[in-house]
Amino acid sequence: MTQAAALAIGVQRAESPGLWTLAWRRFCRDRVGLASFLIVVFFFGLMVASGLHLIAADWSKEVGVNFAPPTFVGPAISDSGPTAPVAAESPGIRPSADPGEIEIVDPLAGVLAEIRAASGAAAAADAQAPTLVFGGDRWGRDVLKKTIKGTETSMFVGLVAALLAAFLATVFGALAGYYGGWIDDFFNWFYSVFTSIPYLLLILAIAAVLNQKGTLTVILILGLTGWTGIFRLVRAEYLKHKVREYIQAADAIGASHARRMFVHILPNVSHVILVQLSLHVVLFIKSEVVLSFLGFGVGVDTVSWGSMLNEAQSELILGYWWQLAAATLAMALLVTGFSLFTDALRDALDPKLK
Amino acid sequence: MTSVNSADVLIGIRDLKVDFRLDRTTVTQAVKGISFDIPVNSTVALVGESGSGKSVTALAILGLLPKENSTVPSGSRILYGGRNLLALAPRELQKLRGADISMIFQEPMSSLNPVFTIGFQLTEVLTRHLGMTGRQARVRALELLREVGMPEPETKIEAYPFQLSGGQQQRAMIATAIACEPKLLIADEPTTALDVTIQKQILELIAALQKRLRMSVLFITHDLALVGEIADYVVVMREGEIKEQGSVEQIFEAPRDPYTRALLLCRPQLERRPRRLPVIDDFMKPGPVAGGALEERSRGLRGDEEIILEVRRLGKSFYSREGLFGRREFKAVNDVSFKLARGKTLGIVGESGSGKTTVALTLLRLRGESSGEALFDGKDLLSIPQKELMPYKRRIQIVFQNPYASLNPRFTIGQLLMEPLQVHGIGASESERRDTVYRLLEEVGLPEVSFFKYPHEFSGGQRQRIAIARCLTMKPDVLICDEAVSALDVSIQAQVLNLLQDLQDEHHMSYIFISHDLAVVKYMADQVMVMNEGKVVEVANSDDIYRNPQHPYTKKLLSSIPQGWRGARAR
Repeated sequence: MTQAAALAIGVQRAESPGLWTLAWRRFCRDRVGLASFLIVVFFFGLMVASGLHLIAADWSKEVGVNFAPPTFVGPAISDSGPTAPVAAESPGIRPSADPGEIEIVDPLAGVLAEIRAASGAAAAADAQAPTLVFGGDRWGRDVLKKTIKGTETSMFVGLVAALLAAFLATVFGALAGYYGGWIDDFFNWFYSVFTSIPYLLLILAIAAVLNQKGTLTVILILGLTGWTGIFRLVRAEYLKHKVREYIQAADAIGASHARRMFVHILPNVSHVILVQLSLHVVLFIKSEVVLSFLGFGVGVDTVSWGSMLNEAQSELILGYWWQLAAATLAMALLVTGFSLFTDALRDALDPKLK
Repeated sequence: MTSVNSADVLIGIRDLKVDFRLDRTTVTQAVKGISFDIPVNSTVALVGESGSGKSVTALAILGLLPKENSTVPSGSRILYGGRNLLALAPRELQKLRGADISMIFQEPMSSLNPVFTIGFQLTEVLTRHLGMTGRQARVRALELLREVGMPEPETKIEAYPFQLSGGQQQRAMIATAIACEPKLLIADEPTTALDVTIQKQILELIAALQKRLRMSVLFITHDLALVGEIADYVVVMREGEIKEQGSVEQIFEAPRDPYTRALLLCRPQLERRPRRLPVIDDFMKPGPVAGGALEERSRGLRGDEEIILEVRRLGKSFYSREGLFGRREFKAVNDVSFKLARGKTLGIVGESGSGKTTVALTLLRLRGESSGEALFDGKDLLSIPQKELMPYKRRIQIVFQNPYASLNPRFTIGQLLMEPLQVHGIGASESERRDTVYRLLEEVGLPEVSFFKYPHEFSGGQRQRIAIARCLTMKPDVLICDEAVSALDVSIQAQVLNLLQDLQDEHHMSYIFISHDLAVVKYMADQVMVMNEGKVVEVANSDDIYRNPQHPYTKKLLSSIPQGWRGARAR
C-alpha cells in the first residue's frame, strides 16, 4: 500500500527537487509555520538593522522626560511627582528618581546649556518630549528603541550561543557515535560530569570563573553549558547511521573516516541538529534574560531584554509598566514565533523514510 | 471470472476500487475495479509485483484501509454472507475480524507485540472473541500451538516473541490467526521474510490447516512459482487491475495473458539457463519472444582458469561479554577456503546466519580483524596495512542487498558516482570524470538526466543499477553481489541479472554472487559454495551440485525450493 503510494509519487515527479526543496515545499504548506517564520525573519531583520546602526542607534539618548508615558496613554498628569517640572526648569540638574534626595549640581551645566542653546530651541524641546511612542525609562530613553536594541543583544546572544552549543555537540556527538569504544566512553563521562551539576550553579560557576561582564561572556556561558542535550541526540543519530549500508558502501569505495562522518552522515542528521539549534535559540534567549535579571548578564552599557526586566522590577512599584510590557511582549512574540517555527521545521524536515 | 457455483462462494469481490489521496490535489487509484470470488474451502492466490494493489485488496476485505487518506468509491462491494463488508458499521466489522476473517502478515517479528508472551497474545484472542475463561483459553492456546507444530508448546507459551526464531514466530502468528477457526485466512506474503527451508514448512502448515479446518485461504505473494504447490485458483494483478484469473492448472499450463507468461518465465528456473532472461517488455511487445532467450548458456569451471582471488582458512569471530571478565566466542565464519577464477562467478548460498555476508564484508575489510588469508594479486588482502589498502580497495567492490539503504539519500546520482573517482583520483579533471559517469549511466541503462536527480526519485531496480554503476566507476576485478537482486520484483530482477551478465561478458569481472535464492544462483554461478553455520558444506560446479548434491544439507536445501506447478504435480 505504501509501496503503491511511493510508486505513484515517483511517477508524478518530472523535475528534480532535492530533499531540501521538498522540505521547503512541505514547510510552505504549513500556514502557522510560515507566519511564525515571518515573525522570526522580522526579528532577525531588526537584529541586523540595529547591529548595523541603521535603527535605534541613538537608543541611549535621553529624548523624553523621565518615565515619559506611552503616547497612547497621554502625557503624565502633574501629580506624577515634582521631578518632571524640575527637570524641565533646570537642565543642569540631573533629575533623580527620589524627590527627597539632595540635588547634585553638575559642574558642566553651564557648558551644556551653551551647547543646548546652540543646537536650537526645537531640538531642546524634542529632547524632552512629554510622551514617547512606547514610553520612556528612568532617564527618558525611548523604550521602543531600547527594546529594539535589546532584541539585538538577546537574539544575538541566543543565536550565537546556540550555534556554539550545536557546533560543540555535533563534533563531540559525531566523534563519540562514529568511533564508539573509548572515545565514546570519554565523551559520555564528560557529558555525565556536566549534567550532574545543577544548571544554574554551573552557569554561575562559569560566570564567576570568566569574571567579566559582557555579551561575549554570556555567549560563552550558555554555549559551553548548553551542548549536552544536542550531544546525546547527535551521538544517537551517528550510532544509527554508521552501520547503515550507505556508509558501508562509502567505506567500500575508500572514503576516509572524516569524509564518512561529515560528508556522508552529517547531511543525513542535519535535520535533527537544525531543529535542536532553533529549540536552543529559544532556550538561550530565555536563559540570557534570566542571567541578566540575576545580574550575571550583559554589561551596564548594553541593553538586553533581561536588563530591561531587571530595571522594570523597581519601576513597576511606581506604576511605570511600559518597559516591562515592551520587553515581555517582544520576547513572548519572538519565543512563540521561534517555537512554532521549530515545530513546523521539524515536521517539514522529518519525512517518512522512503 | 472463476467458474464456481454461487452457493460455494465465501467472499465475492465486485468492482472494488480503492483511491489513495497523496496530497491535497493528487489522488491515485491503487485498485482499479477488480472482481473475483473466494470459494469456500479452497486456496486463492493473489499474485502481483509491488504496487499491484494486492495488499490493498486484502486490507479492504478486512476493513483496515487507513481512514485518513483512502476512499472506496460507492459501487464497490465485498459480499460476505449476503452482506456488503464495505457498508458495515465498524463495530460489526470488528466482530468479523479475527472471528470469521483473520490475517497473517509478512514480518512475524513486527506483528507480534514484543512485550507480551505468546500465550498472552493467544489467549487474548480467545477470551475476546469466543468468551472463554482464562483457564479454558490457556488449554485451547496449548492445543493451537500443538496444531501449528510449535516445538515444546508448554514452554513456548510463556516465551516472548524475541525468544522465538522467525519460523516459530510465524507459527505463533498463524496460531493466533486460526484461534477462532476463521472461515477465511488472509496470508500476506507469509514466507517472504523466511529462509527456504522454513518457508517450505510454513507453506505445508498452511496447506494442511486449510484442509483440516475446511477454511478458505487468500494467499498473497509476488512469487508465482510458490503458489503452484498450494493454490486452487490464481488471480494475477498488475497496477491495480486483474490481468488474468483462473484455476491453477489453467494459469500454469495455458496462461492467456502475456504478463502471466512473463511472470512465469522471468524468474530463473532450475532446469534451464537461457543466455538472457526474458523481461516483461519481451512479452508485452507484439511478435515472438526474442530468439536469444532460448539459447542455453553453459557454465562451470574446467580447472585451468586463472585464479584471481584465493581465500584460505578465512575466519571471523564475534565476541559477547560473559560474566565479569569472560567473553564468549561466536564463529560467524569458520575456516572458509575457496578460489575465484577470472571472469567467472562463484555463488554462495546459505540460510540467514550462515555467514555468507560476513565472508563478503570480511574480504572488503569492512568487518575488523579476522583470521586466515585472502590472496589477491599475490598480496594478502587481510593483512595489508590500512594505508596501503587503497589501490586494492578499488579492485574489489560490493553491491548491497537493499538499494534503498545503500545510496546516500542526500547525494545526487552525479555526486554518488563522482565520489569514488575523486577519492581514488581517477580521471585527470572534473569534466573527464563527468564524461566517465555519463558513459557509465548509459552502460547501466539510465538516462543522462539521472545525473542531477536524487536516489528517492528512482525505483528499486534503477537504484540497484546506480549502485552497480558506482562500483563500475573503479573498474573492479572482483564484484561481490550480496543479495543484490533479492529485494527486487521478479521482472526487475531479470533485468538486473541480465545487466550483470552483460557487464561480466564485456569487462571479464569475477563475481561473488551471494543469495539465498537457489534458482538465481544456479542461473548466475559457474561454481556454487553452500554454507551452513559459518562453514563450507560443499563446493562444486553449479550444474553438478544441483544435479547431484553430495551433502545432506545441500540436499535438504535443494528439496525446499518451490517446485512450481509442474514440480508439485510430478511429486
